[in-house]
Amino acid sequence: MRYVPTIGLEIHSQLATKTKIFCGCSTEFGSEPNTHSCPVCLGMPGVLPVLNRQAIELAMRMGLLTGGNIQRMSYFARKNYFYPDLPKGYQISMFELPLIRGGHLDLRTSTGEKTIRFNRIHLEEDAGKLIHIEGDTKSYFDVNRCGVPLIEIVTEPDFETTEEITLFLNTLKEMLIFSGVSLGNMEQGNIRVDANISIRPVGQKKLGTRTEIKNMNSFVNAAIAINAEIERQTDIVEQGGSIVQETLLFDAAHKTLAAMRSKEEAHDYRYFPEPDLVPVFVDDEWIGRVRSELPEMRDQMRRRFETVYQIPAYDAEILTTSPEIACYYEETIKAGADPKKASNWIMGEVLRVLNETQLPLGEFKIKPPMLAGLLSMVEKGTISGSMAKTVFDEMRATGKDPKAIVGEQGLTQISDKDALEKIAREVISSSPDEVAKYKAGKTQVLGFFVGQVMKATGGKANPGEVNAIIREILS
Amino acid sequence: MELFELRARELAKKIRTGEVSSVEATEAVLRRIEQLEPIINAYITVIADKALDRARSLDDKRARGEDTGPLGGVPMAIKDSIIVAGTRTTAGSHILENYIPPYNAHVIDKLLDAGAVFVGKSNTDEFTMGSTCETSYFGTARNPHNIDRVTGGSSGGSAAALAAHECIAALGSDTGGSIRQPASFCGVVGIKPTYGRVSRFGLIAYASSLDQIGPMTKSVEDSALVLSVIAGHDRRDSTSLDEPVPDYIAETDAGVKGLRVGLPREYFGEGLDPEVLKVTLEAVDILKSEGIEIVDISLPHTEYAVPTYYLLATAEASANLERYDGVRYGHRSGDAENLYEMYSKSRSEGFGIEVKRRIMLGTYCLSAGYYDAYYRKAQKVRRLIKEDFDHAFGTVDAILAPVCPTTAFPVGSKINDPLQMYLADIYTISLNLAGLPGITVPAGKARDGLPVGVQFMGRILDESTLFRIARVLERNVGYLNVEKGAV
Ligand SMILES: [Zn+2]
Repeated sequence: MRYVPTIGLEIHSQLATKTKIFCGCSTEFGSEPNTHSCPVCLGMPGVLPVLNRQAIELAMRMGLLTGGNIQRMSYFARKNYFYPDLPKGYQISMFELPLIRGGHLDLRTSTGEKTIRFNRIHLEEDAGKLIHIEGDTKSYFDVNRCGVPLIEIVTEPDFETTEEITLFLNTLKEMLIFSGVSLGNMEQGNIRVDANISIRPVGQKKLGTRTEIKNMNSFVNAAIAINAEIERQTDIVEQGGSIVQETLLFDAAHKTLAAMRSKEEAHDYRYFPEPDLVPVFVDDEWIGRVRSELPEMRDQMRRRFETVYQIPAYDAEILTTSPEIACYYEETIKAGADPKKASNWIMGEVLRVLNETQLPLGEFKIKPPMLAGLLSMVEKGTISGSMAKTVFDEMRATGKDPKAIVGEQGLTQISDKDALEKIAREVISSSPDEVAKYKAGKTQVLGFFVGQVMKATGGKANPGEVNAIIREILS
Repeated sequence: MELFELRARELAKKIRTGEVSSVEATEAVLRRIEQLEPIINAYITVIADKALDRARSLDDKRARGEDTGPLGGVPMAIKDSIIVAGTRTTAGSHILENYIPPYNAHVIDKLLDAGAVFVGKSNTDEFTMGSTCETSYFGTARNPHNIDRVTGGSSGGSAAALAAHECIAALGSDTGGSIRQPASFCGVVGIKPTYGRVSRFGLIAYASSLDQIGPMTKSVEDSALVLSVIAGHDRRDSTSLDEPVPDYIAETDAGVKGLRVGLPREYFGEGLDPEVLKVTLEAVDILKSEGIEIVDISLPHTEYAVPTYYLLATAEASANLERYDGVRYGHRSGDAENLYEMYSKSRSEGFGIEVKRRIMLGTYCLSAGYYDAYYRKAQKVRRLIKEDFDHAFGTVDAILAPVCPTTAFPVGSKINDPLQMYLADIYTISLNLAGLPGITVPAGKARDGLPVGVQFMGRILDESTLFRIARVLERNVGYLNVEKGAV
């Protein structure tokens, strides 16, 4: 018998707000433990949460982009459970009335179009982090993540293959990043994926018993874990067994699934409306404003780059791998650079350096106007193309302006015809053998003369000019 | 008249004019505390040194010709469920016995701006759960009118401190009557403002949707004064109302002629002590003689208020008290073998019986399978109770009712009978469910010499009308001083 898997996903994504969802603490990643904390996110007695409206707006963006229905009234609930990383003993999360219902994402898979429907998108706060140090019997608690805003995107069980899942997750991640909703950084826990999986015989309508896999920390692992679970369920059913509804954890190191202990799982969260927060009311005006502020998505941007800047599709593709790079490109053009030349330099030099150094673009020392300045010096013939690479390296190391570097190091190209002619005549007169070869028709020797002039000028001569002058003298 | 007997407004005036200093007033109150605390137990923590330092700096400020605010130099008691930075705040619980918070409640910041001096943290039922101030881990507060009687709960410490002149003004908090009922038992004025009128930021939560901080004072005018200081919007409390604060003091003396006051017939039935009824009806006569029209009204869902309250309040409490888990602050059990034991032992040792009872009740009514039958149904009844009031306020400007079916009961008489104790809140609870303001003002004494207050309930944000009516009653009744020799 053949089986069809039915898979639904729950994706948690950190919203790109500067501050936490219910207090003013920073959401910055990678700070010293417990440096982003206050009585509110520590759940001290007497404190109250105050909703960060930016978090609602970012979630609304996602709803608008996926055609979801933004609810005019939604509210938060308390999800009650004890865990040391949960300061209040409950998590504030939307439950009965989420901010967004419905919506969908269309995928172009290898077998055709596929629509994944969304059940809901809602907001919640993240919990903190427990730190266990090897050889130490104590557990440590870092509050920095407590209250970091998350959206949870819950799909309908519309997935049947891991190809669809991978495609979906990549598309979704791109949307999250381009819309500015999330930084989409998986290493920093910006995106976490849970999956619900069941199988049923082909032709059967009724869904089988489902299991849940929690916290898969990369898209590749998600696909591996889900495939492993489909196989496991198929084996059990084929051997006449039945699936137990349970929660599984994926062990990324060993690529295996293990059941969570049932004690951890047996939760009655006792949800009820959060009395410390008033309901969230969204009117048409607010939706209209958020819609008008929606950033351009990657497809639109790619098409615009091709038509407006007249660059090849390949370039547009590369330049839109992230909103930051696209922005860098456009800023360079705004600063006066030629679109194709700017594209070449960014795809070649800039991205190479960023890849090699793993530096975020924000910390890259060559700002768009500086790159544009460099390109314009090449254009005007002030420096040669090869010289430009030297200047580029100097810029990226020092952050200095290209003009300053060229000036300081005397890199200005010599284009003065008289000066070059003088040097050329000296080179020719001191190389009678080569002159003879040239006259005998061995025109390759021209390169020798050019090289000698370049050497004599320390590489500062304009090679085009030199070429013309030597031809003229020898003719 | 002794300095500690003064009312806040008079004392502030005397300090402002230089007739007395804040240090003198504070010392007088502190001496009174020293003398009476062994009997009354109105305070959990007295902060004499801090209070005197503060009084001194306010006196200096005044000496430099600077304005020290409307409460400049006035010694106050703060219920121990309200957070004062750097001062032990216990909420009457063992679990917070050594908790020193790093921040101020919003109302504390406001009072400091207004020049108040805090002499101590007043006694409260543990986590404000109780109607007698007997569930405090720090012992029962005694009623200064008769020390064998309870003060009422849970702001009993503040009420007792006022009645015994161990402070000039105080703050309480009211979840189901916990300002109004002890005010009635101790013969002082207590107002529960409209829900959201005063920020809850820094009030240790019992039931978030019902809790409200309010002034407790020796006079109606003082009540208006303190409320005008602490009322107003606070961006740290999203349930706080962004509405202008009226000039309560000016409005207090606006008179009452032509006002219509309703008597809800459900509040005058079975169970109401004849002595309490008698004093209440005398108050009605006074109002009539002042030109108020008395109207018979009905609040038909009153009988459901107590069960509705105990479902909703305990549900919220069960969540609000989850943070006391021994992980970050407060009591942590010393002999836990693992995480689960750390939670369960810390909480078992840290919480008292009444708190545990309410956590269990709340947990039960929220749990899967019972939510619809209890929590959701209670929410629906809450709406009906609100509608009762909306309907009534279509015809009347305020509602007059008894505060409690009896006068202050003997210490120990109800503590082992929780259902009896819960019924003590029968006349006060509906107002919290509806989020409306209510004031208790002394109306007279019963034959046993114990004070009886009456309460006026008002429209949303209409504290002014309550002050007007209460002021008229107060002028006729006078202040219910503790008899000489009672303490
Ligand atoms: Zn914080």
